[in-house]
Amino acid sequence: MSDETGMEQKVTLVTLVDNRPGVLNRIASLFRRRNFNIDSLTVGRTHRQHVSRMTIVVDARLANVNIIAANLRKLVNVIEVRVVSDEPHVSRDLALIKVRTDDPESRNMVTEICERYPGRIVDMGVKVAIVEVTAHEEQVEAMIEEFRPIGIVEMVRTGVVAMGRGIRIQDTQYEPPQMRAGTRDNGVQQNIL
Amino acid sequence: MQLTGSEILMECLLREGVDVMFGYPGGAILPTYDAMTKYPQIHHVLVRHEQGASHMADGYARATGRVGVAIATSGPGATNLVTGMATAMMDSSPIVCITGQVPRAAIGSDAFQETDVTGVSLPVTKHNFLVMDVDELAWTVREAFHIARSGRPGPVLIDIPKDVQIAITEFVYPEGEIVLPGYQPRTTANEDELDAAGRLINEAERPIILAGHGILMSGATDELLHLVERSGVPVALTLLGKGALPENHPLSLGMMGMHGTATSNHSIQEADLLIALGMRFDDRVTGNLATYSQHSRKIHVDIDPSEINKNVPVDVGIAGDLRTVITQLLPRIERQQRVDWLARIRDWQEDDDERDILHHDTGDRLLGAQVINDLWLHTGGDAITVTDVGQHQMLEAQYYPHQRPSTLITSGGLGTMGFGFPAAIGAKFGLPHEEVWAIVGDGGFQMTMCELATAVQEKTNVNIAILNNAFLGMVRQWQEFFYEERYHATPMFNPDFCLFADAYGVPNMRVTRREQVEESVAFARSVQGPVLIEYVIEKEDIVYPMVPAGADLHAMIRRPKPGERESA
Repeated sequence: MSDETGMEQKVTLVTLVDNRPGVLNRIASLFRRRNFNIDSLTVGRTHRQHVSRMTIVVDARLANVNIIAANLRKLVNVIEVRVVSDEPHVSRDLALIKVRTDDPESRNMVTEICERYPGRIVDMGVKVAIVEVTAHEEQVEAMIEEFRPIGIVEMVRTGVVAMGRGIRIQDTQYEPPQMRAGTRDNGVQQNIL
Repeated sequence: MQLTGSEILMECLLREGVDVMFGYPGGAILPTYDAMTKYPQIHHVLVRHEQGASHMADGYARATGRVGVAIATSGPGATNLVTGMATAMMDSSPIVCITGQVPRAAIGSDAFQETDVTGVSLPVTKHNFLVMDVDELAWTVREAFHIARSGRPGPVLIDIPKDVQIAITEFVYPEGEIVLPGYQPRTTANEDELDAAGRLINEAERPIILAGHGILMSGATDELLHLVERSGVPVALTLLGKGALPENHPLSLGMMGMHGTATSNHSIQEADLLIALGMRFDDRVTGNLATYSQHSRKIHVDIDPSEINKNVPVDVGIAGDLRTVITQLLPRIERQQRVDWLARIRDWQEDDDERDILHHDTGDRLLGAQVINDLWLHTGGDAITVTDVGQHQMLEAQYYPHQRPSTLITSGGLGTMGFGFPAAIGAKFGLPHEEVWAIVGDGGFQMTMCELATAVQEKTNVNIAILNNAFLGMVRQWQEFFYEERYHATPMFNPDFCLFADAYGVPNMRVTRREQVEESVAFARSVQGPVLIEYVIEKEDIVYPMVPAGADLHAMIRRPKPGERESA
């Protein structure tokens, strides 16, 4: 990711997978048995009913990213793999951070930090507040560091999601063969691009 | 046509060309066993343990190149297939395993004989399916066979809940091409890759071809022979690559690796070009990677892109089908003689010959090497040999040269003891007109010898050669070399194998002297159905040469020449 500094060796892969039970398990099992370390893995649906999309961040110092990609491609349910960190891309991480706000000073500090980052207070209570931040992973981390001295009491992060910039679209016309056989309702969306 | 799930399964198996399957019935697969009675075209072989079924399917697949089929019930039936699937996975053997599962509503409830077999088998299959809808069954079977046999072949499991086997639906066989967007193996090389590979081969002074299982699986033996004869490049074989080039060919150097010929290993270490064709640089063939063939450029052709640059970084990596790629490459290859390089190799070969145990006076002892050599001699070197794992396996590789492709069947990657005998039964079903020998040790045979009943029941004409040294010989060898001769848990109490054969009504013979080996082959050939020959061999023999695990490939422990002192 941070190509500017060259300090980190994180590599981001985006995979399109068959949206079926057990596919996440197949990918997790592959990483475990090949001894590849996952930094983060997110999975979610796409605009296509039968396709899910995963963003996987790995530390490339520990494994050859081409070998990881080749192994992912071997999985029958993996439709496409792209190393998006090799190209211009947008990546985002979302965090919900619950911080202590039980005195005026901490409340002011939290408000002030949120003004300097793409964060906002989504729940303000007497003792704690929840801050939501959606940003590049490093920015999220910097924000967390600022909250730390105030007192983080609970936190969750989604992990990185990423998308290549521009017109190189990562999409598929995939539909499962059973659907083509007409044994079930054909609810596949057409590719509008 | 309204059919049950089980009948649909059988219809689909027929259309895949299945003529035999190996299995064991049980509660969750009974609807399918019942449906089998309507499909006598598919012969069912009742095994004595499901592991045997998986190895038989594997042996059948390796012998024929067709998909082997094993079938078992849920729970213990399914878990007993796991070793066979792992074996097939490591050696890229196309098998389909069908398992019954508890009814859909019971899945996840710890029902009787329930195991999450798609979970258990995930790391040891190429792909697996749990069929939750009878309407998906026909497509699933088609996809399973397609995945098992195409690309880099491997095992595929289909888990079918009992109520899906019973469910009735309209059956229309799904015709048409199978398109799996996430599964499109690349077969051909591009021009740049071919130019780069051709240039390296033409410019090399000390090249060597490393030929593996991929040559056999893609049916590229003729193409390899053309490449070898045009380029003049000598060939070292992997264990599973035996038969890729006739071993009596002047450019064949024999097997490479841990127990390979010293000639192969020295040639690899001194080569300036490795041409790896359908092999995967397993640790048993490379030894220490840091010192492996340090002075060579490397070309690697393999159907599986994830193998390229996995263990050994290469200069030219080509993901493709061997037969296609070699055919593409041939026009770029110049005719060469390579006189100097072959002369250097001949020196190593002369040294190998001098150290060969067959050229030593060994007195009255019966050695495994002699048994294998004489089996080779008296079977005309033309039998299908199926080995187990251990010293006898390495001796087979060293002393039974194969001239034809796919005539040695052995568990290489996983090293599965217990594989040999059931795999030989499966191979005989695939090749009923070939002479099939199971060459096994006393240890491995005892792991799956229950299948003798299967062979008797099926009248399978398989010859069993047990090399009995009353030791787990290979483990004992490691203990001798690396554990100061502490022979813990390697001396074996064995049954009287001939009495054991008698108990099954199987003709048998015990061989204790070398001159009896010829007679034993004649005897085996005279028997219809299984026959068991026990060769009582030297207890503390060693397979030379040996590259200790992780050592440099050239740092072999060698057999001393006659007159030299033993220095292990």
